[in-house]
Amino acid sequence: MAKLTKSDVLHVAKLANLKLTDKEILKYTPQLVKIVDYISELNEVETTGVGPTSQTTGLTDVFRDDKVTADTIFDQDRAISGSDKTHNGYFKVKAILGERSDK
Amino acid sequence: MNLPLTIKETKEGLLKKKFSAVELVDQYLANIESRKELNAFLTVAREEAYAKAKRIDSNLENLPLLGAVAAHKDLFLTKGVRTTASSKVLEGYVPEYSATVVERMNKAGAIMIGKTNCDAWAHGASGENSDFGPAKNPWNKEYVPGGSSSGSAVAVSGGLSLIATGTDTGGSTRQPANFCGIVGLKPTYGAISRYGVIAMASSLDTIGSFGRTVSDVETIFNVIKGPDGLDSTVIDFKAAEKKKFRLGIAKEFFMEGLDKEVESSFLETKKVFEGLGVEVVDISLPHTKYGVPVYYIVMPAEVSSNLGRYDGIRYGSPRSSFGAEAIRRIMLGTYVLSAGYYDAFYLKAQKVRSKMIADFDSAFEKVDAVLSPVSPHPAFKIGEKADDPLMMYLEDVYTCVPNLVGIPGLAIPFKFTKKCLPLGFQLLGSRFSEPTLFKLGKMFDEATDYKPKIAI
Repeated sequence: MAKLTKSDVLHVAKLANLKLTDKEILKYTPQLVKIVDYISELNEVETTGVGPTSQTTGLTDVFRDDKVTADTIFDQDRAISGSDKTHNGYFKVKAILGERSDK
Repeated sequence: MNLPLTIKETKEGLLKKKFSAVELVDQYLANIESRKELNAFLTVAREEAYAKAKRIDSNLENLPLLGAVAAHKDLFLTKGVRTTASSKVLEGYVPEYSATVVERMNKAGAIMIGKTNCDAWAHGASGENSDFGPAKNPWNKEYVPGGSSSGSAVAVSGGLSLIATGTDTGGSTRQPANFCGIVGLKPTYGAISRYGVIAMASSLDTIGSFGRTVSDVETIFNVIKGPDGLDSTVIDFKAAEKKKFRLGIAKEFFMEGLDKEVESSFLETKKVFEGLGVEVVDISLPHTKYGVPVYYIVMPAEVSSNLGRYDGIRYGSPRSSFGAEAIRRIMLGTYVLSAGYYDAFYLKAQKVRSKMIADFDSAFEKVDAVLSPVSPHPAFKIGEKADDPLMMYLEDVYTCVPNLVGIPGLAIPFKFTKKCLPLGFQLLGSRFSEPTLFKLGKMFDEATDYKPKIAI
């Protein structure tokens, strides 16, 4: 089984959108190595021909009517009430596009 | 006033006008104040509780939870009352709507008294991962109350609330119930709507309930179960009631690390059932020891996905506010789902999960319920395991498999250790067999002349 490395930890932090300090990387790497070693025990279980389970009651494709009711919708004020970073009824977010650097 | 200890006593006292709902709220709030050091509550809903109590006093109706003072784990959204998941990320979050469970309990006559402390995002087995400090075991404040639904268990056992809600993803209701000497139910996956409850691991999450007696937990279950049209995993299912029972004990439960006092009280439990004419047979659940490794793949994978929504834009603070345990689980989950590792970890775990389900399916062909320990040992000291995440994960050894399999578990208190810490056991049943578990639990309580009590 693969051994977890510091570069894995950096890669995973990037995928998970977590900005970790060097100190945090130093703290989490050995802990995660130990946990990954432990969960790797599963290798010894024979699972040829066994299907995976993700839903225990066996439900698939549950449908409902696409109806809007007053109980389950928010007006604009309520929808943005959880944030203090709003402007004219909208959420304020950071710009995702910057100036082109090759211009 | 002497607080009534059960839902039935509370309701009868109100209907016979022995006391008023406002007096009940007075007393519970006084208890919360005088036992503040237990750190059970993150928010006390004083005004809301008095408003509801006054409504009850002015119009007494025969409702199933009439006047039952209830505490909700701070994972349950409560309209207008701060909900934090015990995380700094949601420190100032006030929801615009309430969870189905909260609504149903309110309609059934419950009085919400406040929101309880827990491990942040329900990640933990001791309550110590709360971003707002650990809750403390009311039997001995140097000990943890268990987790993650720590404050809910403390509130009920310490007399700060009559009943409480919790969540159970890998033992988070049953283990704190066990450490605090009260009753805790993990229902069948799909029995109770999770709408409005902050998600941890969606294929494992269930809504737990705490009370001082099996009857109280049964009453709560009957109020909150069933479809609401808002959680598509919930199904309406009526199990057949049985009269004669056979129980099983798996030989795999007697493993390295099982505390002697836990083991001897567990074996006594078996004798109590045998004394009631219930046959107890040996069974085998061969994949028991793989429960924790499977759980610590499937759960963090789903955690990493569910916590992806916390970006600090629509509500809450940025991702830099996550505590250490949430970061570990997000990292671990992202790792086991990432390219190159998915098959070796996540898919493999989902396959072993199928084998565990097969173990239980074949056990339930022979027995009606399985008798199991809850935790391998009684409550441990605050700080004892806090520095070793893997050691804390092993706490879930007897509790996480029922979540992976999707079956119900009822944790029941029985006896105390020499140091006066609670002991107990759990009954595990097949899917939607809650009525059988309640029946067996009540038979047990009757046989042992169980009396509900408050830890002082």
